[in-house]
Amino acid sequence: MNFPILSSLILLPSIGAFFIFFVKSGNKTYQASKYVALFIASANFLLSIYLWLIFDISTSEFQFVENREWIKGFINYKVGVDGISILFIILTTLIATLCIISVNSTISNRLKDFLIAILLMETLMIGVFCSLDLVIFYLFFEGGLIPMFLIIGIWGGERRVYSAFKFFLYTLLGSVLMLIAIISIYWISGTTDVEKLYEIGIDSKYQNLLWLAFFSSFAVKTPMWPVHTWLPDAHVEAPTAGSVLLAAILLKMAGYGFIRFSLGLFPIASEHFIPLIYILSLVAIIYTSLVALMQEDMKKLIAYSSVAHMGFVTLGIFTMTQQGIEGSIFQMISHGLVSAALFLCVGVLYERMHTRLIDHYGGLVSIMPKYSVVLMIFTLSAIGLPGTSGFIGEFLILIGVFKKNFLVAGIASFGVILGAAYMLWLYKRIIFGKINSENLNKMKDLNKSETIILICLVVPSIFFGFYPEPLINTMEISIENLLEMYNSHIELNLAKISND
Amino acid sequence: MININYIFPEIFISISLMLILLIGVFKKKSSLLIYNLSIISLLVLLAILINLYSLPDTSLFNSSYQIDNLSNFMKILTIGSGIFVLLTSFKYLKLINIFKIEYPVLILCSILGMMVMISSNDLIVFYMGLELQSLALYVLASFNRDNLLSSESGIKYFVLSALSSGLLLYGCSLIYGFSGSTNFNLIYQNISYTEHVFTFGIVFILVGLAFKISAVPFHMWAPDVYEGSPTSVTIFFAILPKIAALAVFIRFLYVPFLNMIDQWQMIVVFLSISSMVFGAVAAIGQINLKRLAAYSSIGHMGYALAGLSTGTNEGIQSSIIYISIYLTMNLAFFSCLFMMRRNEKYFEKIDDLSGMSKNHPILSICLLITLFSLAGIPPLAGFFAKFYIFMAVIEMKMYFLAVIGLLSTVIAAFYYLRIIKIMYFDLEKEKFDTDHHFGLKITLAISTIFILLYFIYPTFLTGIITRINLI
Repeated sequence: MNFPILSSLILLPSIGAFFIFFVKSGNKTYQASKYVALFIASANFLLSIYLWLIFDISTSEFQFVENREWIKGFINYKVGVDGISILFIILTTLIATLCIISVNSTISNRLKDFLIAILLMETLMIGVFCSLDLVIFYLFFEGGLIPMFLIIGIWGGERRVYSAFKFFLYTLLGSVLMLIAIISIYWISGTTDVEKLYEIGIDSKYQNLLWLAFFSSFAVKTPMWPVHTWLPDAHVEAPTAGSVLLAAILLKMAGYGFIRFSLGLFPIASEHFIPLIYILSLVAIIYTSLVALMQEDMKKLIAYSSVAHMGFVTLGIFTMTQQGIEGSIFQMISHGLVSAALFLCVGVLYERMHTRLIDHYGGLVSIMPKYSVVLMIFTLSAIGLPGTSGFIGEFLILIGVFKKNFLVAGIASFGVILGAAYMLWLYKRIIFGKINSENLNKMKDLNKSETIILICLVVPSIFFGFYPEPLINTMEISIENLLEMYNSHIELNLAKISND
Repeated sequence: MININYIFPEIFISISLMLILLIGVFKKKSSLLIYNLSIISLLVLLAILINLYSLPDTSLFNSSYQIDNLSNFMKILTIGSGIFVLLTSFKYLKLINIFKIEYPVLILCSILGMMVMISSNDLIVFYMGLELQSLALYVLASFNRDNLLSSESGIKYFVLSALSSGLLLYGCSLIYGFSGSTNFNLIYQNISYTEHVFTFGIVFILVGLAFKISAVPFHMWAPDVYEGSPTSVTIFFAILPKIAALAVFIRFLYVPFLNMIDQWQMIVVFLSISSMVFGAVAAIGQINLKRLAAYSSIGHMGYALAGLSTGTNEGIQSSIIYISIYLTMNLAFFSCLFMMRRNEKYFEKIDDLSGMSKNHPILSICLLITLFSLAGIPPLAGFFAKFYIFMAVIEMKMYFLAVIGLLSTVIAAFYYLRIIKIMYFDLEKEKFDTDHHFGLKITLAISTIFILLYFIYPTFLTGIITRINLI
């Protein structure tokens, strides 16, 4: 296999963006640029599916590795996928495609620029999941700030400037510490190549500080309590497509980073900081669920629920058990689909009524029956009803946590109940009850493109709810390998301590 | 006489400078000719220098004049950016009526001074170059003499610069008095580490140099001079003197006084930290783009100094990479400033950019890229500049400096974002004129493409610069 399939995945959207940049802003060509973007994105999606098909699930090695000299004698451009990252790549390409379909009359000004921003974002996000070199990873990770800042700032709501700034500065502040850590790793270990670092390991006396530096970046991005405050603002103000990208993929970068880097590179420090993660995750689950209960803005409610769900993810990752990590990845994929869908659903209402306040809606079940069904599915999926993908994730995570710590698991399970409370209450207030304003009667049910998008999300979230095998099989061996490596490092360290 | 080859560039520029001046004086209405001739002579000079690059290192005139990779590269940077500076300002000079024969001549003069500075390996030679450069700059700052601000900035620069030159000379005399020589190599041999006077001498000279690159706390002149001078001179101020001063900084600290690194390292670290922090914080409140550029350049000089403070070859190289990328970003930034023209009038307030992205998408994209790069966001060139600096800093385990530096990047990002916000998120104003001359457009295009695509092949710059070794 000499065809550089990963580089093509990364580059294709940028090339598309480059072409769209040169489209003249006449009316006809304007629409054409959307189709070009759609074509590029779906081609990329098909390419990623093809990648999954030819992906060998019987090995934990990195596959399709490309290694080129980049900065001479110093950093190599190295990309590759294993069972963990490939799922995120597919999620990215799928969501990006749906985002482009969802772009419609609400983005009336500068459609072209919007498409370019989304395509660039896709490039950067795929890059994050592919990169096997810390510096390359950082480039992609940070580069995503630029298009996202513009998406929120240009096409956002009323308080868009505040939100865009908050998003940018928060994330940048977290990441610069990671940059220091990456450079330190280079001087400590002599390389930033992840595969090599897995082999040689990092001296245990540096691990705690390095772990904290990486943590500062990932915690902001996840987002973990108490640095989650940028997320509700960013979500509320971002346009629908922006919220979808944020919730479905950007947040997953951090979860992925925890698995790949925090666990993989700093096992001893990870073990050391388990209590910290548990406490922060539990606070996130309980506290943000309670906050979500009190929200009046639908988008804000879903944003807070994202924080709670990501709390489950971090909890699962740091159980260091096969089930916990599998559950976390599953939860991330499922949350990617479900939260994307929920934001799209809110977007559907917002386009029609131009308000996101829950009070303004009610009794939609008789006006928009199709919409009500779809929203029902996603609400249940977000709660984690058996038969939806959300269930598998949460269930596996809780199994993992029960193995480790009973009390933590108990509190986390309580969070599941709270989650059901705010989601169902939201559903009740919007869909059932009285029709409380005349305008609501004029609302139209889902149109064609909305139906297509939502069905694209319904199918996988139910399919994987009943039949999670394909996902589990893909990631299983990679996670086993990761944990094996992790445990051997811990044992080595214990042996070392007892020798001293 | 093989030596003549080595200083041929200096001889060439001196002769062409005088010839151009003569032509200007005796031929009437020759300002366009002078302008073109200056650019051509700089181009020839650049070609000569690139040719000289392969020659082995030498020192001339009793080793008071050093030709090596460092000097060659810095001279190429100086002259290359000199060409672009001249190219961008053509229309500006015409429109504000300072398209006179003296202008290019003064610029050539100051470039000659910088070349002498860059190669100097002797305190006297260094001082000579510095004054030649500065005297030309005083005149340039007040070149728009009918303008009050411009005259003020000229005077201000002159007075403060004279003061700092005085301090610098005092430092030179101290070092001469206690080492018995003005030659860097001889100072290195004769230095006695128990003598504290050397520390005093170093401090005084560092003060003078810090003034030239406007490092905090010797930055007071920069905002006023940047704002008051004609924009074509501001761009010159923002780029060229910094290259030359940085070269001298490197040679002065690393050739005679490398062994006294314990004495000067703390000073440079202090200069660096205070510049980074001050540059980031003070720029937040600015409303004038030129003033903002001044504060931003103060901050950027802090990063370049951070590289220098390490005392390693990697440190020097990272500083040089930093300054190379910094100058490209400034070229792009000021080119955009030159394009903010409506009805023959130039605008320089941040608010004038309001909503520019609607009317001028390409220009806005260029400025956007430049600003994100100045803020150091990957994958743009500005990120790599900072990356190399912090590589060098962390190699020496100076974590404190690294953390402060990166945190001030975040603060600095705020004011760059503010410009982007005004450009992209705010309501649009009237259109700017679009009939820009070719030189300006090509400068903007080249510099933006460099910034944007630097990440594809970074070895292109590092490959050249890693050959610069002083230790």
